[in-house]
Amino acid sequence: MSKKHSMSPSTAATTAATTAAKPVPESSVPKKAAKPAQQVTAVEMGARQREISVSEFFTKNRHLLGFDNPRKALLTCVKEAVDNALDACEEAGILPDVTVRLEIVSTNGTLPPASQATRFRITVTDNGPGIVRQQIPRIFAKLLYGSKFHRLRMSRGQQGIGISAAGMYGQLTTGKPVTIISRTGPRAAAHFFEVQIDTKKNEPLVHENKQIEWEQPQGTQVAIEVEGKYQKGRASVDEWLEQTSIANPHVKLTYCTPEGETKEYPRTYHELPPSPREIKPHPYGIEFGMFLKMLQDTKSHAVSGFLASDFCRVPPQLADEICKAAKVPPHAKPRELKGPIAETLYRRIQDTKIMAPPTNCLSPIGEKAILSGLYKQIKGEFYTAVSRPPAVYRGNPFVIEAGLAYGAAPQDQNKPRQPAMPKAEGERDEEDSELARVIRYANRVPLLYQQSACSTFKAVLSTTWKNYGVTQSRGALPGGPMVIFVHMASVWVPFTSESKEAIADYDEIQKEITLALRECGRRLGLFLRRRERAASEFRRRNIFELYIEEVVEACNRLKGGKLPKEKLKAQLQKIATSRTGGLKTDEALGKTNAGPEGLPHSIIVTEEGIEGEVDLAARVQADTAAAPVETNLLGDEQPVETQTKAQEKKSAGVKGRDAKLLKGEAAQLAPFKGPDRPDKPKKPSRPNKSDKRVSGSRPRGKK
Amino acid sequence: MAAKQRKTTTVEKKLIGVADVVITAAERSKDPTIEIPIRALSNVSFNARKGLIEMGSKKQARSFFNVGMAKKFMQTVLVADALSELQRAELTTSLREIYYRTKHTIQDSHENTFDTQDESDPVIEDLEVSLSALREELHVRAENSGSIVGPVVFGDDGDRVDCAKLGKGGYSVPSIVEPEYLEIRRCTADFVLLVEKGTQWNRLSEDKFWRRYNCVLLTGNGQPPRGVRRLARRLHEEYRLPVYVLVDNDPWGYYIYSVIKQGSINLAFESQRMAIPKAKFIGLSSADPERYELPRNVGIKLNDKDIARAKELMNYEWFKKPAWQAEIKRMLTSGLKYELDALANKDFQYLTKKYLPRKLKEKDWLD
Ligand SMILES: Nc1ncnc2c1ncn2[C@@H]1O[C@H](COP(=O)(O)OP(=O)(O)OP(=O)(O)O)[C@@H](O)[C@H]1O
Ligand SMILES: [Mg+2]
Repeated sequence: MSKKHSMSPSTAATTAATTAAKPVPESSVPKKAAKPAQQVTAVEMGARQREISVSEFFTKNRHLLGFDNPRKALLTCVKEAVDNALDACEEAGILPDVTVRLEIVSTNGTLPPASQATRFRITVTDNGPGIVRQQIPRIFAKLLYGSKFHRLRMSRGQQGIGISAAGMYGQLTTGKPVTIISRTGPRAAAHFFEVQIDTKKNEPLVHENKQIEWEQPQGTQVAIEVEGKYQKGRASVDEWLEQTSIANPHVKLTYCTPEGETKEYPRTYHELPPSPREIKPHPYGIEFGMFLKMLQDTKSHAVSGFLASDFCRVPPQLADEICKAAKVPPHAKPRELKGPIAETLYRRIQDTKIMAPPTNCLSPIGEKAILSGLYKQIKGEFYTAVSRPPAVYRGNPFVIEAGLAYGAAPQDQNKPRQPAMPKAEGERDEEDSELARVIRYANRVPLLYQQSACSTFKAVLSTTWKNYGVTQSRGALPGGPMVIFVHMASVWVPFTSESKEAIADYDEIQKEITLALRECGRRLGLFLRRRERAASEFRRRNIFELYIEEVVEACNRLKGGKLPKEKLKAQLQKIATSRTGGLKTDEALGKTNAGPEGLPHSIIVTEEGIEGEVDLAARVQADTAAAPVETNLLGDEQPVETQTKAQEKKSAGVKGRDAKLLKGEAAQLAPFKGPDRPDKPKKPSRPNKSDKRVSGSRPRGKK
Repeated sequence: MAAKQRKTTTVEKKLIGVADVVITAAERSKDPTIEIPIRALSNVSFNARKGLIEMGSKKQARSFFNVGMAKKFMQTVLVADALSELQRAELTTSLREIYYRTKHTIQDSHENTFDTQDESDPVIEDLEVSLSALREELHVRAENSGSIVGPVVFGDDGDRVDCAKLGKGGYSVPSIVEPEYLEIRRCTADFVLLVEKGTQWNRLSEDKFWRRYNCVLLTGNGQPPRGVRRLARRLHEEYRLPVYVLVDNDPWGYYIYSVIKQGSINLAFESQRMAIPKAKFIGLSSADPERYELPRNVGIKLNDKDIARAKELMNYEWFKKPAWQAEIKRMLTSGLKYELDALANKDFQYLTKKYLPRKLKEKDWLD
């Protein structure tokens, strides 16, 4: 580390730009060298000075890119390839169709089981625009080469490191080149490449380049062989894909696991997210160093022209005003502005009131799509989503979106159905110690590592969930069966490191996340209160029915077992009905109390069915006709079973999700409504009991 | 035996009546309702002529189809059923066993019929008062926590029990002492001394106080259980023995005495069978420390609860006699209470040899 680093001008410039946006590893910044024990002359030292290529640097510091251990490395490779595929498709206006295949590679002739394997081939195929032949080597075998860095536009990738770093990691651990097939259209030829990276020079080495026959009319396929470890559960490839599918319901994702299964994540949202526009930097977001560089690089000949054309939201008139305030002649040449004058100009800009940057550079997921994603992948009773209006941090526009899925998974919902376990004296219903789960996204990409360093996570912790009827111990996540979804969409997501794992802690960002979470919490609170009320009504209603049985049995015993029990029971039930009158009606229970009125962008799943933006459910229903494998958030598979038995039972069987889906079918008949209706969500006609039984064959679900 | 048979039938009939309430109401589409006399100070009155606390006529309706009462109603029927089972099987049982017998999880729910014994005990008392059946008649017994020693002979399940020949431990008083269960074959004592504390009873028994003064020594270890009260009452009634009560000098001691004498507020309906209106308070009186020269330092400072309770007692009708008002006031003024055990300060046998003999000689007691 005592060695001084110097970089080629081009690399240094790019790295400097990176510095502008995020902290760069200490090691790349020359520090005052500590006095060596042995005196070394300047000449000797000078002889040792040598250029370090980025590739060399990252070879040594691979953890900075997310390759710290074999398990994480496998995920990072998948993630880089999938991110690129989705970026490319969306930019080209194509609904993405992505296949991820993980194959075990044998190292000694025999194929080990997936959990023991140490080497994998990752193949990611997309139906995107393809890549022109000439660019392929540099894209896949040159670090810091890409199309997204030099622009301000929301995308998953931003640095130009991702896929080549994955390739480099593969090369480093297995010695194998990256293979690419790409085709730009049905009329074009498909090109096959094998490339490696010359780490000294950070330049591509092409091993193989030929035209081949490819069954796909268009798209790109990347295959990388890497050392890795496959393990399900938290922060696994499975979890990442699962979460990707939640935040990207417009993507059709196919995943061939190393265990030889194929998981389908169907497309449930059939519109592409609106294509984000590219914007110029906003003056508030620029740091002084960057500002100086822009002064040097501009094509404008006058300062006022530079201000007006190189930044957004600075009309010529405002540019002149700024110049006047900074006492800089508007026609001064930008290149000649240096030192204190440049600094004064920079200060004045920061003092001037400037409109917030345009937000069409962002493409938030949207409340409807978030609901759709959550509803598709997470079992629950209540779903809600909030998209905040755009805000700005350091001149970068961003949008925070939050979502929430609450409620027991169907397995848990079934628990109370099991024969009641007698409770001993002093014993209570077991308190659920389960904590909420936070799923985090940046530009639609799930973030699985460094949760506690992430701004989103901190915002979740600092929200007072107790206000919304959810338990929370000090400094901890809220308790209960709950998934909290937070997404930050921005032209530049401020990650805490190159491996893009946690969002940095800007006040503006924190504030927006907190506001979004509070709104979700508020709606959850309303839902919980209503449900509680409905439950107490239900208890009232049931209390008599519950005790009638006991009373009749005891009377029968008192009468020496000679009582016409059924008759007495019927009589008492009749009295109960007449006494509870209005309470007994369904309206009191489900409709009027549990409905999502006042709860925009929410879905409520009750025993009677679902309410809220059920059209989503209808779409899910239509889309899932192929009976996909369901996974929960831990990536554990749940066998798909067609369910008929449970629906035979009158009330015990038609619960929760079953009923919801049935309701979904009913909702399909209702006309589709636009996503952002401020008025009351419609209520689909409730299917009656006989309907429920008729529509018995449903494609998915669990017992 | 014949008497027992008849009685059992009566109680059982009363219990079956609970089922009839339900059935009849159901027939008429009415809400089944049981009337339960209220067991509280608000519903008792002191009959000065009889010297008894008597239950008033205020009743509370317990209805099935009332959300607040439904569970209690169900519990009442369950307990009635369990009690009638006892009658049929001719068994006696404890409050605790009734609780266990009637506890189960209600079908299709997580709810227990009873969660703790605190729920079932009051239901049993409810049935006692509403069916005006004594607990003994319901075959429910309390714990045996009383002792007796002295010149009295019992017949218990055919066994002859001579309480003069049982050493210093005496005979453990059963909780049910009705003639069908416990026969008093012979009693030659001159009076009954009912002692609050087991420790002092032990002292007197060890010192053979009963032999010298020809009395029956009874204790209930604190608030005497029904068996002890009922036995004292039988000795008083059947053998005309005066009953003297010896308790600590504190508000709780006063109340124990009053329960023995006039009956309790909670089970006022049983006063008829339990109370001994002629019982006398022999000590410890608030006048004793002075009279017997107990040093102030063996007293205990009255706490807030004691003071509040003492003031409460002064308001009870049956403590309104001037002597009693003076007695309680004297304690309040001194600000001290004394335990019987404190007499040991003077001598281990002070109670046996000095205190009680002098009390009896001077006829120094309160009525
Ligand atoms: N599947 C693909 N289809 C079309 N173009 C692609 C594909 N994959 C990569 N590219 C192009 O290659 C460039 C480099 O990709 P790379 O992953 O190295 O960097 P990036 O995505 O720009 O940023 P990051 O380092 O944050 O991932 C991209 O900017 C994109 O233009
Ligand atoms: Mg990328």
